[in-house]
Amino acid sequence: MSDEEEDIILSELDDEELVQQMFDDLYDGLKEEIEEGVNILLERKWMPYDILTKALVGGMTIVGKDFRDGILFVPEVLLAANAMKGGMAILKPLLAETGAPRVGKMVIGTVKGDIHDIGKNLVGMMMEGAGFEVIDIGINNPVENYLESLENEKPDILGMSALLTTTMPYMKVVIDTMVEQGIRDDYTVLVGGAPLNEEFGKAIGADAYCRDAAVAVETAKDFMSRKHNQGVTG
Amino acid sequence: MTSNPALPDDETLTESGLAAEQRGSILLIACGALAHEILALKKLNGWDHMSLTCLPAKLHLYPEKITDAVVEAVEKHRDDYGDIFVVYADCGTGGQLQTKCEELGVQMVEGPHCYSFFEGNDAFDARSEAGEITAFYLTDFLVRQFDAFIWKPMGLDRHPELRDMIFGNYTKLVYQAQLENPALKEKAKDCADRLGLAFEYRFTGYGDLATTLAKHA
Repeated sequence: MSDEEEDIILSELDDEELVQQMFDDLYDGLKEEIEEGVNILLERKWMPYDILTKALVGGMTIVGKDFRDGILFVPEVLLAANAMKGGMAILKPLLAETGAPRVGKMVIGTVKGDIHDIGKNLVGMMMEGAGFEVIDIGINNPVENYLESLENEKPDILGMSALLTTTMPYMKVVIDTMVEQGIRDDYTVLVGGAPLNEEFGKAIGADAYCRDAAVAVETAKDFMSRKHNQGVTG
Repeated sequence: MTSNPALPDDETLTESGLAAEQRGSILLIACGALAHEILALKKLNGWDHMSLTCLPAKLHLYPEKITDAVVEAVEKHRDDYGDIFVVYADCGTGGQLQTKCEELGVQMVEGPHCYSFFEGNDAFDARSEAGEITAFYLTDFLVRQFDAFIWKPMGLDRHPELRDMIFGNYTKLVYQAQLENPALKEKAKDCADRLGLAFEYRFTGYGDLATTLAKHA
């Protein structure tokens, strides 16, 4: 970037320019600028859901793509996520008030013995951005925690995350228990985490393995759409 | 008289690895992070029939690349040696490295990662079962390469505010020492301070690495 470049005054940009600038600011992980951009769009009477999907999710989609392509790395993604979180914090209460569409509900958590949550948090955030209600049950979850949340929250989707080769087999424990209790088919089960792969997902009886947050969102939407169609045709 | 190839510095082992320099009957294909320890065991035990080549240690930053890199190395060298032993544990490959090694007919180190086999897989399992899941581990190599391997790749040199997002769920740093080295112990303690974690020193020696290599010698 040139030193001679003038500071950009966000409020002086038109809507289209501002959204483009928010994409850049998300990419650069600039939380305060994202918060300012969200507030400006709200002042301009944008619907919170439109700000979320067009500015924030649109920007994070670019970040996710460049992460997948090896252009961005974990630190940059975390900074972008942190910036998006800032924008989401402003929008979240407004989304409920303005009756934003809800695509579905997901319970998500990292499995027993595993404390890693960067991927899980990213998935949760992107799912919220896509219109899902997300119940995050945190890290180190034994099967009882998952079952309790399924019972209490009645989600459409269960998401499980693991970063360790030693902890990923626990996902099968959860799924097997769901089968034993006769509730497996009541939910779509999505799994993810660095050491996992599609073959593993199939082997443990998950509905799908999601290699990153963007894929998780698309997969979740796809399952929700199938569920909806089943409801219509069935 | 034992002969070992000249060991490159840690930065080279991280970035480039170590080329196979000798012809022995057994080739060890190892992670660059284990070069010092393997050469020390070779020298100690007079395993002159074993040659060593190392892949870049930094592959651990992208575990999905480890399996292909090992397969490529095995295929490159297999005609030149009577036997090949892969000195990697699972190392975050989710069982894929094990599957490929079986397909290639070569053996590898048992266990999930070097933290486990340095401590001894059984002992490490027992600690995990007992609830040690919030420990961040460093070995001798990782203490020496802390900045290149952890601090910079995690962006903490540029964005210290990320520290708690990345390490917030950890409670302590366990330094698994392969050699007694007071200077390295001090450095490990400093690493713990920088990450905001409690510090624990645990001398492991070479653990299961020594017994595993002895079995294949």
